[in-house]
Amino acid sequence: MALKLRHDEVMNFDLRPSGKGWMDTKPEFSKGTYCFSGVRKHVEYLEQPNPREWQPYDDDWKLPERWEETIIKGFEDRLSRFRSFKLFMDICVRCGACSDKCHYFIGSGDPKNMPVLRAELMRSVYRKRFTAAGKILGRLVGARDIDEAVLKEWFYYFYQCTECRRCSVFCPYGIDTAEITMIGRELLNMVGLNINWIIEPASNCFRTGNHLGIQPHTFKDNIEFAVDEIESITGIRVNPTINRRGAEVLFIIPSADIFADPHIFTFYGYLTLFHEIGLDYTFSAYASEGGNFGLFFSHEMVKRLNAKIYAEAKRLGVKYIIGGECGHMWRVMHQYMDTMNGPAETKGDPVSSITGTRFDHARATKMVHICEFTSDLIHHKKLNLDPSRNDAYRVTFHDSCNPARAMGMLEEPRIVIKSSCNNFFEMPENTIREQTFCCGSGSGLGTDENLEMRMRGGLPRANAVKHVHDRHGVNMLSCICAIDKATLPALMDYWVGGVEVCGVHELLGNALMMKGEKERTVNLRGEELAAKEKSNA
Amino acid sequence: MGLTLSLLLVGALALVAYALSGNMPAVFGIWVPYAASTLFLVGMVYRVIDWARSPVPFRITTTCGQAKSLPWIRSEPLESPSGLISVLGRMFLEVLFFRSLFRNSKADVHGGPKLVYGSSKWLWIFAMLFHWSFLVTFIRHLRFFTEPVPFLVTLAHSLDGIFEIGVPALYITNALILLALSCLLVRRIIVPHLRYISLLTDYLPLIMLFGIVLSGVIMRYFVKTDVVAAKKLIMSLLVFSPAIPDGLGAAFYIHLFLVCVFFALFPVTKLSHMAGVFLSPTRNLANTNRVKRHINPWNAPVKVHTYEEWEDEFSDRLKAAGYQLERD
Repeated sequence: MALKLRHDEVMNFDLRPSGKGWMDTKPEFSKGTYCFSGVRKHVEYLEQPNPREWQPYDDDWKLPERWEETIIKGFEDRLSRFRSFKLFMDICVRCGACSDKCHYFIGSGDPKNMPVLRAELMRSVYRKRFTAAGKILGRLVGARDIDEAVLKEWFYYFYQCTECRRCSVFCPYGIDTAEITMIGRELLNMVGLNINWIIEPASNCFRTGNHLGIQPHTFKDNIEFAVDEIESITGIRVNPTINRRGAEVLFIIPSADIFADPHIFTFYGYLTLFHEIGLDYTFSAYASEGGNFGLFFSHEMVKRLNAKIYAEAKRLGVKYIIGGECGHMWRVMHQYMDTMNGPAETKGDPVSSITGTRFDHARATKMVHICEFTSDLIHHKKLNLDPSRNDAYRVTFHDSCNPARAMGMLEEPRIVIKSSCNNFFEMPENTIREQTFCCGSGSGLGTDENLEMRMRGGLPRANAVKHVHDRHGVNMLSCICAIDKATLPALMDYWVGGVEVCGVHELLGNALMMKGEKERTVNLRGEELAAKEKSNA
Repeated sequence: MGLTLSLLLVGALALVAYALSGNMPAVFGIWVPYAASTLFLVGMVYRVIDWARSPVPFRITTTCGQAKSLPWIRSEPLESPSGLISVLGRMFLEVLFFRSLFRNSKADVHGGPKLVYGSSKWLWIFAMLFHWSFLVTFIRHLRFFTEPVPFLVTLAHSLDGIFEIGVPALYITNALILLALSCLLVRRIIVPHLRYISLLTDYLPLIMLFGIVLSGVIMRYFVKTDVVAAKKLIMSLLVFSPAIPDGLGAAFYIHLFLVCVFFALFPVTKLSHMAGVFLSPTRNLANTNRVKRHINPWNAPVKVHTYEEWEDEFSDRLKAAGYQLERD
């Protein structure tokens, strides 16, 4: 699906707000700027409140009786459970440092997409209901009560935040809009306001183990398909196992890796790598998803979906867990999993059996990121890599938001990329590492009906890619996030053109010279390898 | 509107002090300062305790640099702290030098579209100028609160007047704080998105501070206030045997009154950021999530889909696909 609007039609705004005050303007639910509501059967399956048929463009949202009370009670409850939330309601000084850090603001010019105003949407209600000054002075001090229009505004703008946390890097008090949006969405969900692109994957994941609702037999088929493909490319038949007790490692991936394009090529990369080093690992069809769409609407749901990972690690008796390339999955694994579902009951510690490296930084969660695992192999020269096999690619790297700003994992993927290809170019420094720009489709907003907002939100990322595309001929955007891989291709087509998207382990799989492989004539995508140039280095 | 109202409010406060302090010096010299100090102290303690009563369920550090991971990868402990020392370092930079604000940039959209990011240190410069001038001024004022005056206070006092311009010597911070306040205010007025988000509570502290600094400057350089009398009053308040000395004019009472109102407002306005910044979980937690288990005090059990339930639900397909089952 491509956006029909021309670039100049999208860019018909001014970043300088003017006109009426923000309390007097209301969002317009125009096509392309919001997501459809959660489908009833999935809302019911997850036992979430107020299942019904409704859409954001309807006038009547069929809110439950006394919904105001529910929201305010939920608000109060969360003020008492999250210091972050309470503090962030009180201490913002509206200095404006965050304002132009949000990709949605830069791409839409809508002032309520400035992180400060997104938060004020909630703070205004907080002041009215929970502070004396707000109760007495009202609008004079930026206080207003909740009503249906305010609720709709919350829905519109909390689902126009990808919870990427870029603004929190710049805030002098570390105010994290993701925290505010997450709690905002939690409150909305309490009265039955959610979106299907989040609810359906969560429901599928709860039932089958993964977002797509892939059942165990299909899961197996898909892996076998990958094994066949790898054999035709490399001449080697890799032998992954599923649900195998006693394996050393449980390998968790975002499920898109086993069926979506271009994710599947990264999947080939993982399999060739593990085969080459002889890793004793298993997949799980029960815990066949590392991603966790619970993160996008409720802390409780994060825990419900995430519980499978440790449960399965324990059942299979593995020593430790490796996790594949995924962004928000790693926010959950790094910042929530152990607290919610720990302590991990594995049979050992995260120690690479190939290099002997003890991953001390993961000694409590027992879960290692594949880029950490692979960069360790590279450091210990355990891999034979021929980067010239990627010479057709001129590569740049998109730091996915969560690995960058929630884990601080910036170097490991770069180590893998730089060892796997000869032509690597960084995007401008304001757009990478901790300052990286979101793909514009994270946190469950990557759906097609939301395409216009996705293209707007992705503009800053795309523009930085365009910069290196124009300057260095970059034609491959690598990343370590499944949502990136799903949504960046459309973004590149719309704003840049001529840039494909790949995972870091696809590049590695291309470069990996496997013992006993046949001479490779195609890369993992099945594209002819360009005539190799002799490197004189 | 917030700006106009702030001007009116501060003007009215000054007028009240001007008009009434002569007739009721005890109210403005004794009761208002006591009331304001109480509100400030009790209010801020309450505020901090109230924040602290809410737990930190998850360790949600915002990492702004490479984490400590593999030993041969250089980490940035001040941007992604790996323990107490680096957290303290990060907080030190944040609180005293506004590290995060220093990162500030400005995004512009040009035709094409083409996005351009410029360095934007103005806010950081104004904020540093203001807060440091305020701190030095505050320390300087401690000479009215102490006997004997500690060396550090005397030092701040003499350094601040080191250029010896005029008699009495002009304080550098007087000039700097006025400059910084002007810049912060002008910025709020002329930058469209700032004006758009600004509330009364954003203008009011700035205007009050203007009032405070100006009345202080007038006292020192123009209507010469008896500093010995001022100190006498403050010392008498401190030992709880308040007495109003002679020789304190309206300028002094205006200054004191505005200061009192300003401090009384701390706990109930955004000024509480002074204490809140220390508690911010994205900054004051180490990025040790995978090293050490973080405990959530309200971590409640949830409904999960167990392996056994899953196996039962899909057992036919699992068998057909050749999976090894637990229940066989």
